[in-house]
Amino acid sequence: MSRLEERIRAARAEGRAALVAYLPVGYPDVEASIAGMVAAVEGGADVVEIGVPYSDPGMDGPVIQQAVEPAVRAGVGIRDVLRAVEAVDAAGAVPVVMSYWNPIERYGVERFAADLAAAGGAGAITPDLIPDEAGAWLAASEERGLDRVFLVAPSSTDARLRSTTAACRGFVYAASTMGVTGTRATVGDAAETLVTRTRAVTDVPVCVGLGVSNGDQAAEVAGFADGVIVGSAYVREMLEGRGPDGVRRLSQELAEGVRRQAVRP
Amino acid sequence: MTSSAVHPTQERPAPPARPSWPDATGHFGVFGGRFVPEALIAALDELTEAYEAMRVDPAFLAEFAALQRDYTGRPSPVTEVPRFAEHCGGARVLLKREDLNHTGSHKINNVLGQALLTKRIGKQRVIAETGAGQHGVATATAAALMGLSCTVYMGEEDTRRQALNVARMRLLGAEVVPVTTGSRTLKDAINEAFRDWVTNVETTNYVFGTVAGPHPFPAMVRDFQRVIGDEARAQVLEREGRLPDAVLACVGGGSNAIGIFTAFVPDDGVRLIGLEAGGDGVDTGRHAATITGGAPGVLHGARSYLLQDDNGQTVESHSISAGLDYPGVGPEHSHLHDIGRAEYRPVTDAEAMEAFALLCRTEGIIPAIESAHALAGTMRLGRELGPEALLLVNLSGRGDKDVETASRWFGLGDRSEVDPGPGMDTDQHATEGAVASGDAVPGQDAGGVA
Repeated sequence: MSRLEERIRAARAEGRAALVAYLPVGYPDVEASIAGMVAAVEGGADVVEIGVPYSDPGMDGPVIQQAVEPAVRAGVGIRDVLRAVEAVDAAGAVPVVMSYWNPIERYGVERFAADLAAAGGAGAITPDLIPDEAGAWLAASEERGLDRVFLVAPSSTDARLRSTTAACRGFVYAASTMGVTGTRATVGDAAETLVTRTRAVTDVPVCVGLGVSNGDQAAEVAGFADGVIVGSAYVREMLEGRGPDGVRRLSQELAEGVRRQAVRP
Repeated sequence: MTSSAVHPTQERPAPPARPSWPDATGHFGVFGGRFVPEALIAALDELTEAYEAMRVDPAFLAEFAALQRDYTGRPSPVTEVPRFAEHCGGARVLLKREDLNHTGSHKINNVLGQALLTKRIGKQRVIAETGAGQHGVATATAAALMGLSCTVYMGEEDTRRQALNVARMRLLGAEVVPVTTGSRTLKDAINEAFRDWVTNVETTNYVFGTVAGPHPFPAMVRDFQRVIGDEARAQVLEREGRLPDAVLACVGGGSNAIGIFTAFVPDDGVRLIGLEAGGDGVDTGRHAATITGGAPGVLHGARSYLLQDDNGQTVESHSISAGLDYPGVGPEHSHLHDIGRAEYRPVTDAEAMEAFALLCRTEGIIPAIESAHALAGTMRLGRELGPEALLLVNLSGRGDKDVETASRWFGLGDRSEVDPGPGMDTDQHATEGAVASGDAVPGQDAGGVA
């Protein structure tokens, strides 16, 4: 079975949602970013999305852009990402890479899949790759037994929800609002509606991202989703200099949040 | 009928069929496609469907044709430039005068089409990216004409280089947002426009400025721009009784080049030559010659050639021309390159500025610096082919916006009052005397020219 799905189902068996933490590799530097990821795991993250820095992150808001720009300038690449994968795996969470498509294509799709599997990575989330264009990645991930997570959005038609989730393994990333990454005051109804629509067409777990930043929001999302994805709030801990301690505290708060409300049957 | 009084293109035959590419999902060979977040797919599908219906709708085609004639001033003329051609190995040179269009460049052709489409799908707001400001000005113009609200994203660096166009857009009622992320140029303006679009897609249409981006933009923008080549092919046939030996155009994203190439793609005897911005020279790494110096990858929603490093990060481009200063290129150009139907050559800043000065002094036409790259390529090709050759060049825009940059380059006016722009070292460049002579500009670097 998929490693991601297994971990998310284990959380569900405990009557809670899984906590998925995102941090990019290379901010403020590679070592410190890996320390941040390990702290996220220590604080209670089940899964860590390990971000590949990219020069043109079209889906990311200002917080993540700010952290990623210096990493791009410093030349952080897939090799550094694989080290982070090993560290997260060793810390006991499931590592999954989050990357815009061009860095993977440039590295070589088959080489990426082979090296990711060897490093202990579960798979990859590809925010600007839709299954329609993913032939090479579908083949390579199949060969290496890797999970592949594609996104669904409130604007997705039912037909696209069906075809996209059919290509997903591990979980489905439900982008809760129309917009870019960033913390928001409210999560909004669109997220729950999207999860309901997605559940109607697939048995693959559904995790919700975009906008969750605190324990209360995590609890709210945990009420209807299999997993809660938090990105910008973690990155802000790093940007504002609170480092691994800040990340650990945030993980603890969020981990409490995802346990506050039982997952619906 | 007095044929001399009738413009040759008024009764032109139906244009040749659409090229066989892209396929139904927007692929030009291995290039193109859609590499965007899922959230945008519904909007791209809506746009594709509306466009496919509209492009065969007689009512739309009539409205579009009327706007092109009465508002843009189409057809644009073809001008022979014999004094300029003396510097082109004696070859004959014809210019397709897109510089005479309303708003000063070919960009208006595309935005009128997309603005009509915006109204058709019931959206009230348009957004656009702009580099040199020409597409932003054209979009602001069309928005004013059709009562749409308009926001234009422009790299902060470019708002400084092209302050005149920022003022024009604001006069036309558009909001201009300086983009301060990344390299603060066109590529970052495109990122920011996509972020706006994904957030406001229910009310907003993205009027994309070139033949890049996700499907359907490359095909749609091509179809709106192909009027350039459809007209020019008929005009050249009418006046010369034959096709040109080569068609030349500058290539940044590549919309003016695709616009003039498309009608000639089936004409195997006609060479299609795109001139890329070679900046300081391709071998210096400071250039924007995407096909010459780049490699296939994915940027801004499509697979195409792009300037990238070993990590797949987009590399910053460099060109004296803000409109060509882009590290990507439209997927159809990548395809035309790979199948060998079109050739792409770099032109350095210095070569482009030499051609710029020459056209001013020999023909009384101040070209856009973008278009001056095509003129420089024409000088070189003419010398290669000799006096029998007939060359058609797309003069895609006029140079009013570039007067300050050119003055600085040539050291015109009181140099102490001219603030050199970023990356511009006036000491390297020519003096006024050299320009006045109409000769080659001294101090140029011919490096990197294939």
